[in-house]
Amino acid sequence: MSYKLKIALNVNSESFEADVEPRMLASDFLRDELGLTGTHVGCEHGACGTCTIILNGVSVRSCLLLAVQLDEANIETVEGLGTTREMHRIQHAFREHHALQCGFCTPGFLITVREILDTLPLRNDKEIREALSGNICRCTGYDHIVKAVRTLVNERDKRLNS
Amino acid sequence: MIDSTAFVRPKYVGKPIRRLEDPRLLTGQGRYTADIQLPRTAHLAFIRSNQAYARINGINLDEAKTLNGVIGVFTASDFTHIPDIKAVSNMENYQVTSCPVLARDVVRYVGEPVVAIAAISRYVAEDAAALIEIDYDTLDVAVTARDALAKNAPKLHDKLASNIILERNFATGNAPVEIANAPHKVSGRFSLTRKTSVSTEPRAYLADYDVGKDELILYDSTNIPGIVRDEIGHLLNLNGNQIRVIAPDVGGSFGGKGSLYPEEIIVADLSRRLERPIKYVADRLEELTASSQAFGEEVEATLAFDADGQFIALDAEIIGDIGAYSIYPWTAALEPVQVASFLPGPYKTPVYRGRVRGVCTPKPPTGPYRGVGRPMAVFVMERLVDLAATKLNLSKVEIRRRNLVRAEDFPHRSSSGIVWDQSGFQECLETAEKAVSKLNLENRKKKSNKWIGVGYACYAELTGIGSRISVAPGMPMNTGTETASISIDATGAVTAKFGIASHGQSLETTLAQIVGEELGIKPEDVRIIQGDTAFSLHGTGTYASRSAVLGGGAAIKTSRALLIKVKQVAATLFNVDPEQVETGDGLIFVHNTNHAINFKELAQAVYSDMKTLPMEKRETLAAQESFDPFLGTTSSSAHVAVVEIDPETLVIKLQDFIVAEDCGKLINPLVVDGQVHGGVAQGVGVALLEELKFDDMGQPITATLADYLIPTSAEMPPMQVHHLETQLPPNPGGFRGMGEGGTIGAPAAIANAVADAVSHLGLCIDSLPITPNKLHALIAAKSKH
Ligand code: FES
Ligand code: FES
Repeated sequence: MSYKLKIALNVNSESFEADVEPRMLASDFLRDELGLTGTHVGCEHGACGTCTIILNGVSVRSCLLLAVQLDEANIETVEGLGTTREMHRIQHAFREHHALQCGFCTPGFLITVREILDTLPLRNDKEIREALSGNICRCTGYDHIVKAVRTLVNERDKRLNS
Repeated sequence: MIDSTAFVRPKYVGKPIRRLEDPRLLTGQGRYTADIQLPRTAHLAFIRSNQAYARINGINLDEAKTLNGVIGVFTASDFTHIPDIKAVSNMENYQVTSCPVLARDVVRYVGEPVVAIAAISRYVAEDAAALIEIDYDTLDVAVTARDALAKNAPKLHDKLASNIILERNFATGNAPVEIANAPHKVSGRFSLTRKTSVSTEPRAYLADYDVGKDELILYDSTNIPGIVRDEIGHLLNLNGNQIRVIAPDVGGSFGGKGSLYPEEIIVADLSRRLERPIKYVADRLEELTASSQAFGEEVEATLAFDADGQFIALDAEIIGDIGAYSIYPWTAALEPVQVASFLPGPYKTPVYRGRVRGVCTPKPPTGPYRGVGRPMAVFVMERLVDLAATKLNLSKVEIRRRNLVRAEDFPHRSSSGIVWDQSGFQECLETAEKAVSKLNLENRKKKSNKWIGVGYACYAELTGIGSRISVAPGMPMNTGTETASISIDATGAVTAKFGIASHGQSLETTLAQIVGEELGIKPEDVRIIQGDTAFSLHGTGTYASRSAVLGGGAAIKTSRALLIKVKQVAATLFNVDPEQVETGDGLIFVHNTNHAINFKELAQAVYSDMKTLPMEKRETLAAQESFDPFLGTTSSSAHVAVVEIDPETLVIKLQDFIVAEDCGKLINPLVVDGQVHGGVAQGVGVALLEELKFDDMGQPITATLADYLIPTSAEMPPMQVHHLETQLPPNPGGFRGMGEGGTIGAPAAIANAVADAVSHLGLCIDSLPITPNKLHALIAAKSKH
């Protein structure tokens, strides 16, 4: 299989062009070709959410997509959220609440949280738990993640109301 | 001038300090093994057995070998220089199994590696795998442990006497006689089905051989890098200074990454042979079928008690379905024998008989899993305790209170031989009971049309086990010592090196808190190095709730030894007595004087200046000490689950979960809470969701995360965690281990809660996980009678 297709895309506001085999997974492309290893692969069958990225404004599982489907797309990965020196508010909230242990699931959660803060009312913890239930964390038992998201939702609501 | 009345030395231990590892993990800058890319890497794929027990007739590799991009195709005959993996034991009645790195002649479970393919990418390696044909002759086999126990059962290993590879008996007093004479007894046959760890990061290995230096670096998603180094060194005939195992960021283990696997040996060996980096990253199917599994146990037990509910005797027959091989280094005794050891629990049960047998079956090997043995032991005992309470019409709390070891009874030697010491058994129960009373359950029950149930579980565990016994029964390996080496370099920076290996436990933070507090510098100024064998002489890793006690103990001892040197040097500089020298917040000073320097200035005086100190006073600012708690510490806890069952759908919903626990001095309360929450979540999985299923032929039928369900945020209830610091254990720091506890108590508490919720139906909840389907089957069976 050496047949390749050319793709052009934008990842975290940077443009890339690449030749990829049609069968290459988007997750492998981001990690192995672009070196963006913050996006993790936990199951490769759409069940764990560790590979979640934003594709044209909507969260998707990069293990269920092919790299060629990223052609002309705008992608956001965890690397685009914030840096160690200047973390995004979501990242800060996760740290304050100890919402991560091994950190392997974390990029997927951060991306999911980024989306649901914009799209869902998240009126109570039950709704937060439902909204997060597509991402698996094996370390934290979710309690601290829910607390971090609760804090972020409260901040958001306060902003919206003022 | 540092005013002694105003200066308070900052405390870091006990504070909810934000984790030092977080910034990199939150920004995608963590470095897990699969993230590491090296030039010229060859990628491995394995072809695994699709048969439970079969003879390999032939393997046709021709087409695969010629495929473009394939670097090499390997079978057992290419690894004749590597001895089989053998987990030896001091236990009587134990038979060693021989596990070849690739199946030789016979396969013994679906998922066992048979062929390894190295190619320029994993894609090409898998293309090649599709071109390989393996011809098998299936063999007769007993798939379940019960069948494999039978006298005439076909043997899984020809060379062994039988499928029963281990047996151990426990006896204190004469349990059968006491039970026969007792006024009351309850019994049951309990089972925990097989489950597996499911860390979110699959196992991954990357070996990088440096031909010039004849040195092998193995990046390895393991929690036992020291053990991996020692044993791969032995198997490949390498000295410890020729092989370095680095566990970089590791995405959880829970036991699944805590044994030696054939794949990591092959990766290491091929890197040397092919003289290029070799990488293997498991996929989820491989994780669910070829990483170590857990439980698979059946226990028939009877508890006898008097009219006051005082326990008299306990009797248990334990069968462990240990899988195809006895796992290295722990052996197959690890899990089932500890079920027997911990069965009497935190209770005074004077008379005990337990027999445990481990049976080989054509399934993946069982290995360590969070809680080891105790989740099953506690499930059995706590169900029996509830049955006894019901029989006597005693409250579930009262019967526990009457039998739990009391503060004045410590040290208490349990009837299985474990010594419990100074831990809040009664206090945990009391705290949990109080928390339950605040839930106002009677009211909830009245208002609800659902079945609501409450379940208690008490347990005790030995953590931070020292060198008196190995953490695995009979394993001839010292797991009771840890070493720290701490140094101040020429720039004044502090680096502390350990043999333990964090895979989510926050050790970079908690150890920095300890070292910082002891030396008098800020935790963020301490660099913790762990998970790298180049920096430790000996160290077995992070498992068995040992790192806080052993690693923390070593940190304290070593910091104190280093502090003596710091004070000596400073005393010479200040021309005072070493006793007068204090440290704190990065400063070294003498109270109420102008003597104050920072660590950088101290290092300068020692290492760089040629005049400040006389030569003989220039001490190397480094110390190395080991800590061995010899015995171990007793952690204890009471768990309470509240469940609600929908009478229509039989959906079981956890509503509340309460943990009252005594892990001694908390190093970082945030971290402790996180460990408890995560442990409980896995216990919820054990109780309600997680089950590896095999069909009659030994084929796994739960091979995706859509079939093997683990708890999500939606299944988890809010949790309350209450910490008790009763009397602290006498080890440095007063820490007890607590990383596993959540998983130990939760299954039993939930089982008891479900049993309570359906008590009006008289159902026996004796097998976990309990699911709506199983509840339905129980109800249907009951109504037939
Ligand atoms: S790796 Fe994509 S959902 Fe699990
Ligand atoms: S932090 Fe380890 S899986 Fe979530």
